[in-house]
Amino acid sequence: MDFGPYLMLATLEGAVLAAVLALMASGLSLVFGVMRVVNVAHGEFYMLGAVFAWWVTSFVGGGPALAFVAALIFAPLIVGALAVLADITILKRLEYDPERTIVATIGLLYIMQQVTLMTYGADARPVVPPFNARLALPWLEWADGGLQVFWPWGLSITSYKLFVIIAAVIVLLGLRLMMTRSRIGLLMRASQLDSETAQAFGIPVERVYALVFGIGAALAALAGVLIVPIQQAHYLMGGDALLLSFIVVIIGGLGSLGGTIVAALLIGLSDGIISVFFSPTLAKIIATILVALVLVFRPQGLFGGRAR
Amino acid sequence: MSKTSESKPSISRRSALKTLGVGAGAAALPMWARYANAQTSEPIRIGFQKHATGIGASYGRWYDRTSQAAVKMINAGGGINGRNVELVTEDDGTDPKRGAEVVEKFATQHKCDVAFGTLFSHVVIGSAPRAGELKLPYFVVSEGHHVASGMLNRYTLQPGITDVKSQVQAMAPFVASNLGKKVTMIFPDFAFGHDHRDYFSAAIEAQGGEVVQMIAIPPAETSFTKYFPKIPRETEVIYHVMVGPAVLTFVKELGEFFGPSRPEIFGFIDSLEAVDLASPGLEYLEGTYFWEGNPRYAQPDQSEYDKNFRTAVGVDENGASVNDSKDISTYAHMFGCWETLNIIKAGMESSGYAGPQDRSKLIEAVEAITDIPHSNEHPQGAKLFNGKTHQVFGHQYISKVTNGKLIVAHTASIEDTFYPDEVDYTKQSF
Repeated sequence: MDFGPYLMLATLEGAVLAAVLALMASGLSLVFGVMRVVNVAHGEFYMLGAVFAWWVTSFVGGGPALAFVAALIFAPLIVGALAVLADITILKRLEYDPERTIVATIGLLYIMQQVTLMTYGADARPVVPPFNARLALPWLEWADGGLQVFWPWGLSITSYKLFVIIAAVIVLLGLRLMMTRSRIGLLMRASQLDSETAQAFGIPVERVYALVFGIGAALAALAGVLIVPIQQAHYLMGGDALLLSFIVVIIGGLGSLGGTIVAALLIGLSDGIISVFFSPTLAKIIATILVALVLVFRPQGLFGGRAR
Repeated sequence: MSKTSESKPSISRRSALKTLGVGAGAAALPMWARYANAQTSEPIRIGFQKHATGIGASYGRWYDRTSQAAVKMINAGGGINGRNVELVTEDDGTDPKRGAEVVEKFATQHKCDVAFGTLFSHVVIGSAPRAGELKLPYFVVSEGHHVASGMLNRYTLQPGITDVKSQVQAMAPFVASNLGKKVTMIFPDFAFGHDHRDYFSAAIEAQGGEVVQMIAIPPAETSFTKYFPKIPRETEVIYHVMVGPAVLTFVKELGEFFGPSRPEIFGFIDSLEAVDLASPGLEYLEGTYFWEGNPRYAQPDQSEYDKNFRTAVGVDENGASVNDSKDISTYAHMFGCWETLNIIKAGMESSGYAGPQDRSKLIEAVEAITDIPHSNEHPQGAKLFNGKTHQVFGHQYISKVTNGKLIVAHTASIEDTFYPDEVDYTKQSF
């Protein structure tokens, strides 16, 4: 394949990954930013989103489009509710102590993974995409003294992959609006800045925390629903996703939403481009080295504020 | 919560557990004694190393169903040497380290007579040395060339399924003469995929073809489009073989990459084992070819033996479970479990196997097997066992996707799959 179309294909593939990563990592970042909880079980919420998407679509009739819309609504709601329950029954009782919540969320990770294995099984199950037209993409080249359009072999994307990118952008814009313009966003930011003072001003910090944990999990679940028509729902799919989200969040700065999105783009695109031109292993090596460099030279992350 | 109030109940719990453990040990003792006194009526215990979890889980599920059905048939026919057969199943997690631990459990804890099962080549390669050290006969159903290559030991045998080297050697003439000579190979980046890489590229060169590009993909990969731009434009045939939970994504993305202008495609059915051919996105496979170890769809000339095998395991004529048409079997591989268990039976009967002291006699008896006729015990077809390399040789099938079903287009003879011996395990001491 020629360099130009090749690069374009790599960029498109990277953009899909970046979109999913940005959704997931912003959930992780939100939970850490507001609650100071490092949620190791975040990848399992992503997996549960995919599994519930399969579950909802296989019980809703009326064609793949309707079933998928139902999954898009219900799967994040169910997972969010589960996360709220986990917050009330476990994290709250640990008083959101940073070390103990890490251990608790590791426990949650195994519980969710094994319960999925025992009920849903060890198979990878597909969800039919609501639409999936292959869109061949044109490329321009100089020929006979002028620009000519041609259609390179293999340069294509599917309409569903484009939808994933657009959907992620819309959700992230919505999240940004919620954090900056809405009352609940204000309460979250107040709890983030100083939870004790917020409580003194009558903000129900515990309820805000439960909600934040739920929203964080729902964002991961939404990423899972969006990815499942491309990949399949599998009980082990949370592991890699968690690792990549942590990489993104560390580079972007824990708790910084903007930084998370920039880092997701950086990691997603570089993964797409480096793995197309060199090897997928090299892409992972570079991402990990980047994390190490960020931790050494800029521990608060590229966009993180000063430590509180 | 204060720390002192937490520690109190845990001490009493621990002492309670200790008491329970002693009680359980005492209760178990008379059982062993009873078995020791009446060894001849004790069942023959076959340790079944099962991919119940991990990336091989769909194979594990069907290997289990096939093995249970085979044991049922053997027991209904009077068992082995008048003793019933019992499968002792342990999950290996499709993980080599766990695989070796499971083999050890079979030998020391479960007191199994032999170990049997597993598919994924890295698990076999991880487990076989331990089986050799424990002097436990280890019958694998794995396809890898690692048995016949001489890499393993005298205790490891593969009498129920053919190996990759013989399979690809039988495929190369068909690919070169019917599909094209410039081949791009896509394979998983571990032992099994490396067998394909090494032996197919040699076999296609012997046919006057060449491999223009080799694309290795890590077996845990979930996204594949990024690998496909490496496929050179001159490619005439794509040769693909993939494993793991993401196989459907792999085949779908391959179709999306090519769109309407695909080259010829030849795949190993491993890329779609346990996956419904009618899954959306696979329509482009119409007219492409697959290797099958055993035809998934019942063919017009289906043998009585295959019919009987399908009924016993619970598989319909489309290769799906009779209880759930969406639960597709791993039909191209799982017959190997059925046939291997029948080889164990034949070996134990001809050696007069009575207990673990006869393990080396059992291996010598299996090594002496040569011709294996097409029968209810061997429904995939006739086979020839090579006692020196511990590897069986058999027919291979090439099927064409026709109206969404796999129809056999070519059957390779047993002779097509032969290659010179690379090892003589019979010269190794026990």
